[in-house]
Amino acid sequence: MRIRINGQWHDRSDGIRVAGLLRELELEPRRVAVELNKKIVRRADFDKTSLAEEDSLEIVTLVGGG
Amino acid sequence: MDIEPLKIASFQIRSRLFVGTGKYETYELMRDALAETGCEVVTVAVRRERMADKQGRNILDFIDPAKYTLLPNTAGCFNAEDAIRTARLGRELLDGLDNKGAGWVKLEVLGDKKTLLPDPVGTLEALKVLKDEGFIVLCYTSDDPVMAVRLKEAGAASVMPAGAPIGSGQGVLNPSNIRIILEQLKEGDADYPVIVDAGVGTASDVTIAMELGADGVLLNTGVAGADDPIEMARAMRLAIEAGYLARRAGRIPRKLYATASSPIEGVIGTKD
Repeated sequence: MRIRINGQWHDRSDGIRVAGLLRELELEPRRVAVELNKKIVRRADFDKTSLAEEDSLEIVTLVGGG
Repeated sequence: MDIEPLKIASFQIRSRLFVGTGKYETYELMRDALAETGCEVVTVAVRRERMADKQGRNILDFIDPAKYTLLPNTAGCFNAEDAIRTARLGRELLDGLDNKGAGWVKLEVLGDKKTLLPDPVGTLEALKVLKDEGFIVLCYTSDDPVMAVRLKEAGAASVMPAGAPIGSGQGVLNPSNIRIILEQLKEGDADYPVIVDAGVGTASDVTIAMELGADGVLLNTGVAGADDPIEMARAMRLAIEAGYLARRAGRIPRKLYATASSPIEGVIGTKD
């Protein structure tokens, strides 16, 4: 299925969960925050939240800034 | 005498210098400069994870979340919606780190890319929403006294007027406005925190801000962009203390004419 991650379209396995996606992207769950279709996905729900066709995700982290 | 801690909502902050983490040449330099400033609060930004660069290091490897209180900003947001979403994501990130900073945010809603001046309408809009969601909001604003009052009335835990445009290094361009803001926001509420944020170029800018009566100063480029950031970090630490103490000590008035410092009588002379 096609999903948007950080503004780019990607092909991912149907029904993949957020936790699985983070694993595939080699991202540490504790260091990112995830927004799915403009709603925050809490860390405790990463392995319960499945993704669907045309879902839009923002996966963010902390960086330097003033 | 001890410097009193700065109180912002439920936070008690030991150092009145807040330091940004952006623009350093290396993470190591950032880490060492932050340590040299003696600061407790550091600002961070929230950005999309770069997925291509698996070798990329993470800033959290260089800022100990147990030692510093992280203050996420909504820098780079040009409308209220983006700022609100960014603030929520920032809180989520800090929750995951068990950092004391979870729940507070430096709100910036920018109006213009060249000046990086804030959009007052967007800022007010975002402030109201975030306040309702339980955030402790520190509001970046221009040195407009009317806007400063509006932000306090709308529930900002601290108002942070800019000394000069972000990164411009011009110091406090309009001390009169800063003084007016301080007077109006602290009327009947002497402890309301006002922090000068943006435009600090060198140590004296920090001292001047504190002598005007600001409760703290936030800076980033002034240290990160200095020829020797570590040395400048040290200068800033001394500057914030100097300004705070000078303010508390009570300065002499400015006079038009001279008043001699040495006794007038008893001078040897040719006049006898």
